[in-house]
Amino acid sequence: MAQKRQRTYQQDIVGDGILAVQKVREPHTEASGKGIRCGLIGICALFLFVMLVLPLAVVVINALRDGWAAYQEAVMDEYTVRALQLTLFTAVTAVAVNTVFGVFAAFLLSKFYFRGRQILAALIDIPFSISPVIAGLVFILTFGNVGWMGDFLKAHGIRIVFAVPGVVLATVFVTFPFVFRELFPVLNAQGKDEEEAAALMGAGWFTIFRKITFPHMKWALLYGVILCAARALGEFGAVSVISGHLRGKTNTLPLHVEILYNEFNTTAAFAVSSILVILAVLILIARTIVEWKKA
Amino acid sequence: MYVQMEHINKTFDGFQASNDVTFGVEKGHLAALLGPSGSGKTTILRMIAGLDKPDSGDIMIDGMRVNDLPGSRRGIGFVFQNYALFRYMTVADNIAFGLEVQKKGKKEIRTRVEELLELISMQDLGKRYPHQLSGGQRQRVAFARALAPNPQLLLLDEPFAAIDAKVRRELRTWLKEMIGRVGITSIFVTHDQEEAMEVADTIIITNQGRIEQIGTPEAICHHPATDFVSEFVDVERYEAFAALASSHGS
Repeated sequence: MAQKRQRTYQQDIVGDGILAVQKVREPHTEASGKGIRCGLIGICALFLFVMLVLPLAVVVINALRDGWAAYQEAVMDEYTVRALQLTLFTAVTAVAVNTVFGVFAAFLLSKFYFRGRQILAALIDIPFSISPVIAGLVFILTFGNVGWMGDFLKAHGIRIVFAVPGVVLATVFVTFPFVFRELFPVLNAQGKDEEEAAALMGAGWFTIFRKITFPHMKWALLYGVILCAARALGEFGAVSVISGHLRGKTNTLPLHVEILYNEFNTTAAFAVSSILVILAVLILIARTIVEWKKA
Repeated sequence: MYVQMEHINKTFDGFQASNDVTFGVEKGHLAALLGPSGSGKTTILRMIAGLDKPDSGDIMIDGMRVNDLPGSRRGIGFVFQNYALFRYMTVADNIAFGLEVQKKGKKEIRTRVEELLELISMQDLGKRYPHQLSGGQRQRVAFARALAPNPQLLLLDEPFAAIDAKVRRELRTWLKEMIGRVGITSIFVTHDQEEAMEVADTIIITNQGRIEQIGTPEAICHHPATDFVSEFVDVERYEAFAALASSHGS
């Protein structure tokens, strides 16, 4: 009896609550809502057009300004092809390295508690807060001829600065936090109950990782990998400092674009840029698919 | 005593979660760790399970000191507060997990899973995923999963906290009956005295990391050992409940 009375009382509260909410909302959505919505959409569309669509269109138009043959020549140029190869190689390496470390770091920091984990998490974010130019300089000062490890590297015949390893190293540094940053919140939110449950049943860490942690993070991981790849392909600052701009050797696509542009070879500069634009669009499509799957 | 805790101490970052905790639970009994939140009851449960380590003191299970034994080798089943079901596995795979880890034969696993699905009356739901189940069903799966490897001791952390009030009473009766049928020694943590009174044979009352009293629900109500217990336990509620239970019985 008492229970029954309590239930009707609860329903009353819920009923009133819904009515009250509707009453408050009605005038808001009817009168001013439409105007605000149209205004905001308009501003967004204008902003996107000026900031994104227009510049991209300019790239494509300028790239094709002197005709298809000129475009082809610029894109098929030996140095451009080399630069594209180096860019892809660098991006793939950076993504591979950062995926491995990002997964380990996220697993460690979200599922285990130890002294100094906050500090470690903050350290991983350093590349986000440091200007890429500084990152490049740091590597020169560490690995360059006059640098810290200069003598040691020289004695062993290892070249890092003004060579491909330096380009890769700088790119790895700049793109370091992406995978970790995508994974960490997801794994943290999952808690560690499922892992503990599996451990109590006698599962080893690898089984736990493979069957419980990994399925939970795979979409976030893919998303992180895509963001990391996008950043690695376009990295300019750090690479510019450390590469030495050696054509056909340490020139990546973004650096190559700058060189062409500074030589007043505008058509070629835009043509090469269009390769990066195409790569960006491909990544955007992949990203959208992943986001849609993740949801 | 099947489970015996001897002078257990545990501190987390300067907070004393267990202060000279000593108690025992007899074989086949269903004991409740009852206390306000922050009183250290979950810590005790996690130490029995091997998920946390005591700073000092002995944990004995079945006459053996298990302090240095990993949780997976203590012969326990654990039901987490939010059940911690493996969300990317079906109900059947969840239940089978512990057996697969033990590398049991396929056929044996299948038989055991079917047996447990029948026990929790979810024979037709083995292919579902946890997110497709109601709260009560999830609890039943967590229970079956914990029982699958045939543990000697079942530990449950706030087993009814994640369930809405309407179904809770029903599930309490169900769980008590199930534990009785399986005949497994069990310890569960709760902050709800009605729950403890209704389900447990023995109640262990915790407060600020200490054990205040151990006894049957009746003894705790009528002979509170400390001021805290007499204040914490609502005797009127217990008597109303006891009267209800006896009228049901007749």
